[in-house]
Amino acid sequence: MAVTVSPTDTYLSDFDRFEKAINGSESPWIRKARRAAIERFQAIGFPTQKQDAWKHTDVRPITKIPFQADASPEGPRLPGDLIEAYTFGVLKCSQLVFINGHFAPKLSYLRWLPEGVRVRSLGEVRQMRPRELEPFLGKIAPFDKHAFTALNTAFFQDGAFVHVPKGAIVEEPIHLLYVSTSPEPPTVSYPRNLVVLEDDTQATIIESYAGLDKGVYLTNAVTEVDVGAGAVLDHYKMQRESEGAFHVSSTAIHQGRGSNVTSNSISLGGGLVRNDIDTWFRDEGSELSLNGLYLLHGQQHCDNHTFIDHAKPNCTSREVFKGILDGKSQGIFYGMILVQKDAQKTNARQTNRNLLLSKEAFADSTPGLEILADDVKCAHGSTVGQLDENAIFYLRTRGIDEDTARAMLTYAFASEIINSVKVASMRIKLDQLVLSRLPSTELLEEGL
Amino acid sequence: MLEIRNLHANVGGKEILKGIDLSVEAGEVHAIMGPNGSGKTTLAQVLAGRVSYEVTQGKVLYQGKDLLAMKPEDRAREGVFMAFQYPVEIPGVGNAYFLKAALNAIRKHHGQPELDAMEFLNLVNDKMKLLSLDETFMKRGLNEGFSGGEKKRNEVFQMAVLEPKLAILDETDSGLDIDALRIVANGVNSMRSKERAMLVVTHYSRLLQYIIPDYVHVLAGGRIVKSGGKELAQELERTGYAGLGIEEVPMVPAPARH
Repeated sequence: MAVTVSPTDTYLSDFDRFEKAINGSESPWIRKARRAAIERFQAIGFPTQKQDAWKHTDVRPITKIPFQADASPEGPRLPGDLIEAYTFGVLKCSQLVFINGHFAPKLSYLRWLPEGVRVRSLGEVRQMRPRELEPFLGKIAPFDKHAFTALNTAFFQDGAFVHVPKGAIVEEPIHLLYVSTSPEPPTVSYPRNLVVLEDDTQATIIESYAGLDKGVYLTNAVTEVDVGAGAVLDHYKMQRESEGAFHVSSTAIHQGRGSNVTSNSISLGGGLVRNDIDTWFRDEGSELSLNGLYLLHGQQHCDNHTFIDHAKPNCTSREVFKGILDGKSQGIFYGMILVQKDAQKTNARQTNRNLLLSKEAFADSTPGLEILADDVKCAHGSTVGQLDENAIFYLRTRGIDEDTARAMLTYAFASEIINSVKVASMRIKLDQLVLSRLPSTELLEEGL
Repeated sequence: MLEIRNLHANVGGKEILKGIDLSVEAGEVHAIMGPNGSGKTTLAQVLAGRVSYEVTQGKVLYQGKDLLAMKPEDRAREGVFMAFQYPVEIPGVGNAYFLKAALNAIRKHHGQPELDAMEFLNLVNDKMKLLSLDETFMKRGLNEGFSGGEKKRNEVFQMAVLEPKLAILDETDSGLDIDALRIVANGVNSMRSKERAMLVVTHYSRLLQYIIPDYVHVLAGGRIVKSGGKELAQELERTGYAGLGIEEVPMVPAPARH
């Protein structure tokens, strides 16, 4: 007689084995956090479409596959030229590379960094100097309502730890590159990043997630960011997983007084993708610019959930998410801005725009504002539409053929987000990637 | 150059053009005048190739070829240009980038080498001055946030750069103050040549004081009801359309603006 094991049970028994295996080397507080997370996961289980936050995303395809962690401690050894496509050309940056979730020191390098700046494998720090992580790790990304964040917290082994001490300015970007090779049987990786910017610092962090093959794997990533007073963070997440892959990510950001954060989330790859971005204004006078671009085709499904907590007065947030949906793809946007009672003089604006390039593509947009303060300026809006036929006609009457006109307008739609990327070589790369998805772009590329 | 024979066209199932006959030779400037709803814009859009305007009868020959069988982009490449009454705003597509793409598409069609960014800028520089456009203009999104006058200047600027053989100006005077009108008219006049024909579509004779036409046609109810020389415009100025026994019909719902 066949015994049915529920997906939740599989993860629970995996955890028991995992806990035994690492117990000797783990700090008690991390052990405790893992235990709390798995217990929470046991209580809430995987989300279903009955839950509002998962209404459009069915995670059963993920739960049906018995993903296993890649067993080899260092992952497969990859020659550097294989990952070149996922780096940013001549970009002068420090780079940490992870293969199937494992840190790959041979592919990683650090350029000159100001004194005291630490850019390390989090797995290493977890074992050697766990105290550095203790004030932040697991305390920024909440897992009480999010099964995948709970699983990451229970199972994570490695990722990046970036710590910028008070006053330090890191001029060159720090690139964190997660590459999956889709081995058999299908693997899961739990990248865990912790970025701590102390007061009056500045840094640029790029997270990249990429799939080398077309195979099936799961990336369940959590990035926690603590931004100190007066600090400036430029953050990018570039998701280029293989189209057979599953990608679930949570980005959680705490902003201190007078800080300034820009975070851009670009989703090009993955078969089933869910991105959660949660930010909290923890003190007054801060600014946040949250941008997103999801460019989907075929059967891709990408669900973006953002939450901005305006808990304190005098903060400004600008949010622009844009979706370009072709084929039978599905793009979801759900955004919530919560303006708390004391958050007077809040200035918040949220926009989601979707462009449908085919009849079978699907977009759902749910912008949201909850305002409990009375002296605020808030606005939100969303659109789902097609290319403007008048604009296509206008371009054609000037000699531009129809395909190029369509590509030009589609590119123009994306350009607001592309142009918000401040790192030049990344912007150029993104330009190329977007163009390569559009038909008839020969003429376009010549113009750029 | 342009031969329109018994042209009938429907917009949204309603017949707007009811048999237009018109012949335009190279070097000539023809004004098409008429009250609202007479079919002026429909005629311009049909010549430019808008699909939603359905031609039900008649023929249009352009340089001996069947114009109506050509795609809008092929008409443009063969030298047909229409200055829009309502130019479309396209944020994210830069003016310079757009115009260079258009110019190169046309050059390619004629087997001419494409221009690079520097060559393009050299070429357009004088023409920008002609239309009183400054450098920032080229960097802005196509018509993005332009005033009415800027949009019309941009249309004539594009015409000056693309150098069409047949230029159709659809209500290029509407919404212009006198200074802008002079700039636009000056731009148009500088384009007059023996090789080029122009169709100037307008409601009012005001523009025709600056762009002096060779011929004036009055369009009413989808037909040309009177043709004459430039003095016909002056006559209309005095008597109004009523003087010709033409009633101003209420504006038809503007077809497919933005």
